[in-house]
Amino acid sequence: MKNKIGPLPRPIIFLNTVLLVAFSLPAFAFKVGLVLDKGGKDDKSFNSAAYQGALKAQKELGIELKYVEATDNNLLENMHRSFAKKDFDLIIGVGFAQADAVKKVAAQDLSEKFAIVDGEINAPNVKSLMFEEHEGSFVVGVLAAMASKTGSVGFIGGMDIPLIRRFEMGYRAGVLHQNPKAKIVTNYIGITGEAWNNPAKAKELALSQFNQGADVIFVAAGASGSGVFDATEEKKKLAIGVDSNQNWMKPGFILTSMLKRVDVAVYDTIKAAKEGKFTGGVERFGLKSTGIDYALDEHNQKLITPEMKKRAEEIKSQIITGKIKVPDFYKTKK
Amino acid sequence: MKRALLGFVVGMTVCLSLTWFAGENPFHVLSVLFKSAFGSWDDLALTLFYTTSLIFTGLSVSIAFHAGLFNIGAEGQLNIATVVTTGVGLFFTFWFPPTHVAVALIYSVASVLAGLLAGGFWGFLPGYFKVKRDAHEVILTMMLNFVAAGLAASFVTNNQNPNSQNPESSPVSPLMSWQPWDPLHKLAPDTPFNISFLFAVAAALILGVLLYKSRWGFEIRSTGLNEEAAQMNSIPAPKVKILAMCLAGLFAGGVALNEIFGAHMKYRLGFSPEYGFIGIAVALLARNHPWAILLSAFLFGALQKGAGDLDLETNAITRDFAKVMQAILILSVSSFSLWKGKKK
Repeated sequence: MKNKIGPLPRPIIFLNTVLLVAFSLPAFAFKVGLVLDKGGKDDKSFNSAAYQGALKAQKELGIELKYVEATDNNLLENMHRSFAKKDFDLIIGVGFAQADAVKKVAAQDLSEKFAIVDGEINAPNVKSLMFEEHEGSFVVGVLAAMASKTGSVGFIGGMDIPLIRRFEMGYRAGVLHQNPKAKIVTNYIGITGEAWNNPAKAKELALSQFNQGADVIFVAAGASGSGVFDATEEKKKLAIGVDSNQNWMKPGFILTSMLKRVDVAVYDTIKAAKEGKFTGGVERFGLKSTGIDYALDEHNQKLITPEMKKRAEEIKSQIITGKIKVPDFYKTKK
Repeated sequence: MKRALLGFVVGMTVCLSLTWFAGENPFHVLSVLFKSAFGSWDDLALTLFYTTSLIFTGLSVSIAFHAGLFNIGAEGQLNIATVVTTGVGLFFTFWFPPTHVAVALIYSVASVLAGLLAGGFWGFLPGYFKVKRDAHEVILTMMLNFVAAGLAASFVTNNQNPNSQNPESSPVSPLMSWQPWDPLHKLAPDTPFNISFLFAVAAALILGVLLYKSRWGFEIRSTGLNEEAAQMNSIPAPKVKILAMCLAGLFAGGVALNEIFGAHMKYRLGFSPEYGFIGIAVALLARNHPWAILLSAFLFGALQKGAGDLDLETNAITRDFAKVMQAILILSVSSFSLWKGKKK
């Protein structure tokens, strides 16, 4: 009478184990959720770079990638939360606009790992990917001053926000470092998000700066930059691109590009997280880690003389060793 | 009503078949949309947050329609109302900082009233010029949208929140927030859903009664149906039109309740995913009946939220598909409900 219900027969246990393993295997793929800004993955600038980095990780590391593009900012928090609920292994927010959303969701779900580009959040489960844009701007500022024949250079910013002011301040310092007498003309395209996508106004501003005597313009304005490149070609002057390597867009008229390697930062973060080496906190990408750099390729090798290249490398190493202190807009403000 | 429902079903079927061509399982898409609206408290609350603003703009467009005017300016009216609400709130915050919750409440109510009046004024302008100068209200309201956007941008530049890179104004004093005592917000604290929803529903219900049961509503509707006939019957049609536009602006201004004291406490540039323009669709779908607007606003709220979820849950469908769905639904519902049938 006793022990009618004994331990389960072995085959069943075995079968259970097999089933369990079989069902849980696909879940082993490392899942990354990428939340892009309104600009979307095809903005040829900031969001594109993040998307490229994640795409590279998908190809090389075999992760499972899912990306969404924000329709409006009210939904950002919801998107991060949805990814968190689905137990994605790493959730990446792109752009400072997402800082609030990531901060809130990360505080609620401490077991989830987050990364944010361009936003600084101090939480153990959030990695903030910050870029030392002022360092790179300084280097291209030096190059601009060397390339300028009139001793007058220009800067065109996209949206007037602290981030772009930081570009400007570094650039200004770089130009003056090389040529203390240089004149610098500065314009901002606008104060709304639309400023990132207004090539027509960018072109107008560039033409007016050329009229004022500037002959090299550094443009940090996302998709508006193409307008400046058009003006440069028209007037046979020089421009400096930003974020991605934009030298190819108008070969011969783009002196160089200040690289902000969002793709590298995103890729490295995914790689580290996949290998279980994720750490929270702020990681700064600067000249030292080549997260920030200036672009040199076949499109601009005729524009950058050996002398200029030597000088740029010299400046780079001086910034890395701390011999040159580049003024940082973020620090001067507070 | 039956026809509208039939139109909705047909429109939905067309939409889902489209997803099938894109390589998605239509039933999966349907279930994603359904879950997006009703899946959890938080989902429902976020949908209702959108619904709240859309009720306000839907009412705004519909009351103008009833008076025979086409109000494309709800976007500008809600922008002005929100800016003024924030501005007055900031004025109190900096010059007479509230120390007590009761005082703060009075401040917030005063700010909202100022905002509503500003919205009403933004509706008054095109109404006045329409009547006095015969300027077309479509052009006027559209232009005023740009003026409002410009004013909002300059407001934000002058009151930029120093702790944020986003283009947004400084926050008003947290004491003035309605959230601590807001019973609706407590249901879903992770979402911006708030008590303004009740105000919106109440506004729709009351407007429905007034439009169809009061003398005043009769005046508006008869002006809209036939201005000359109305005037023959000693209804002051020009005045009624101006009043209708004022009310339109006032209702659009209701969005400020939902955005500022209900949820975010600051003016964020571009906070509105074009509530004003979706409001036109909301009113069209409801055929301008304030009570039906409750339903159609919810539908569009669900689509607005569903856009993000569709992007997240499916492979082939992006956020833009929600726009396609909105368009197809408007076409099918309005064509079905306007179908007169065969003449006998």
